[in-house]
Amino acid sequence: MEFFIQLLVNGISIGFLYGLAAMGFVMIFKSSSVLNFAHGELLAAGAFIFLTLVTWAKVPVFFAFLVTLAGSFILGFIVERLFLRPLIGEPLIYVIMLTVGLASIFKGLMLLIWGGNLYIYPDFLPSNLSIQWGNIHIPPVYVVAIIIGLFFLTLFGLFFKYSSQGIYMRSVADNQTASLSLGVNVRRVFALSWAIAALVAGMSGIVLGIINGINVHDLSSVGLKVFPVVILGGLDSIGGAIIGGLIIGLLETFTGGYLDPSLRDVIPYIALVFILMVKPYGLFGLVEIERV
Amino acid sequence: MRKLWFHPCGNFSNRYEQEITIFETDFGRAAALLGMVVLFTLVPFMTGPYVLYVINIIGITSIAAIGLNILVGFTGQISLGHGAFVGVGAYAAAIMATSLSFPFWIAVPVAGLVTALVGMVFGMPSVRLKGLYLTIATLAGQFIIEYILVHWESLTRGTMGIILPSASILGITIEGDRSFFFVIFISLIAMTYIASNIMRTRYGRAFIAIRDNDRAAEGMGIPIFRYKLLAFGVSSFYAGVAGALLAFYLISISTEPFNLGLSVEYLAMVIIGGMGNIAGSVFGATFITVLNEVLRWLTDFLMNAGILEGFQLNVAPLRELVFGAAIVLFILFEPRGLAEVWRIIRSSFRLWPFSY
Repeated sequence: MEFFIQLLVNGISIGFLYGLAAMGFVMIFKSSSVLNFAHGELLAAGAFIFLTLVTWAKVPVFFAFLVTLAGSFILGFIVERLFLRPLIGEPLIYVIMLTVGLASIFKGLMLLIWGGNLYIYPDFLPSNLSIQWGNIHIPPVYVVAIIIGLFFLTLFGLFFKYSSQGIYMRSVADNQTASLSLGVNVRRVFALSWAIAALVAGMSGIVLGIINGINVHDLSSVGLKVFPVVILGGLDSIGGAIIGGLIIGLLETFTGGYLDPSLRDVIPYIALVFILMVKPYGLFGLVEIERV
Repeated sequence: MRKLWFHPCGNFSNRYEQEITIFETDFGRAAALLGMVVLFTLVPFMTGPYVLYVINIIGITSIAAIGLNILVGFTGQISLGHGAFVGVGAYAAAIMATSLSFPFWIAVPVAGLVTALVGMVFGMPSVRLKGLYLTIATLAGQFIIEYILVHWESLTRGTMGIILPSASILGITIEGDRSFFFVIFISLIAMTYIASNIMRTRYGRAFIAIRDNDRAAEGMGIPIFRYKLLAFGVSSFYAGVAGALLAFYLISISTEPFNLGLSVEYLAMVIIGGMGNIAGSVFGATFITVLNEVLRWLTDFLMNAGILEGFQLNVAPLRELVFGAAIVLFILFEPRGLAEVWRIIRSSFRLWPFSY
């Protein structure tokens, strides 16, 4: 039973992180219908910027965190400006392959600068954040992950519901032509969604880096695990991303704990195939109906 | 009696046969024949073992890239699992050659058929899915196949890999780069011939119709699902044959090379070469293979020259960087690929000196 609850806790915390990573991904897809294969690299970029600031430049943790978020925001903005904007209206495969190429470029750059080694952050989280509950122990990182996940979920919920930019973004996602004709600045919406997505990615990169250590290959492979999460939740649903993340996180930890640890990495994709067969638009996704 | 003629200055076809003809002039046909003669009589005897090895690898990758182009460029179904299918072909051939002791000339086509079946299984989601969703489904297929290859140890010997016996056809043992050159390039020419002719039949036209507008295609009475499955099957058959040839050529195989990176590499070949263009796949395969070799050579050179002494540079990051940059630059500046560049060069010669 204790083992079960420990797995449950781990699964929920990892799930929140997946959900957080997936949130940025959904953001991009929702506004510009781009499937971002470079998401894992954006995660890694955030983690490495933070690492450099904290260990090399010795910036205080809080400021380093803010600077990293700003840096990721600008990075997302530049990526959209330079690479994605010329491709608006081009066939799907070019957009997909462009993000794949970008992923490759980022990965190469990061490997050139930081190498393929495993780094760890200095311990800066206060240990009184951890929760001890009988024999069950929740490390501070997981608590932080859950707090950040909940915080940003509410923040985005409010942003999309009440702010004018959020409403613009929703309108562009719903119907690009109609929102253009109503005077929405679609380009700004695209740029903003990439920038916010990169910001969220950078933040989840930092938290993942605290848990697993920072390694280019590990962090960029998280970007691929986002796919089962978003498909389960529905490609265009922010809340679905969190719930999908939780389900996939739990599935992963329970498979790793009770069945076969080697199955852990492949089970999300097996689940993915089943979801696609049974409910292709996910739990909360918009169902597109077409008839011939 | 046929007349020898040069290319006209524009597109003046007025019959469908002129539109689908492979060689527009008899000079083109003669040039292709001459090219083949040069390929088989001069290339294998005038090149060193390393260059011949690279050429052979180009030949094998070209077969797989043509297969992917049938699926992506002609049918419009984006697959991120082609690398895994090549792996299935390689393993099918290896298992048949060792456990079942099939001869080479049976093992290769049967490996192709096995891979075609596997490919059709993983093409099944295309019943309900298209576009992005199908791409993600093939991505899942890539990971699942990779997992099976590593973990079904009784069949694939896991991470140990399999060592194949030497290949032979009609009692002649095929060994070394030179004899494999003939096997690989005869297969490549046969596969190119088949692919370009499939695209001229009703099947090829159905593929193109599905790519251009699947709803309209269904409205015109094309059973979309059956044709999508067929495209997956044909494409995987090519992947399987390429994998089988690779397994016999490299003698030993392991699961390592058949990862997502390989699938991405094949997609890059199709895009860089030119989508929906058979010759383009060969250009793309050549480009990527040569790029890999040049980068390997370049890093070795820089290491030996001592310029990067303190950097601990190895080939991986530089390769990733240049590879990604190549994809991005091609998509941004020449989305129709090398085939289009080649067409522009040819037509500027043809219209010289009065091009405008």
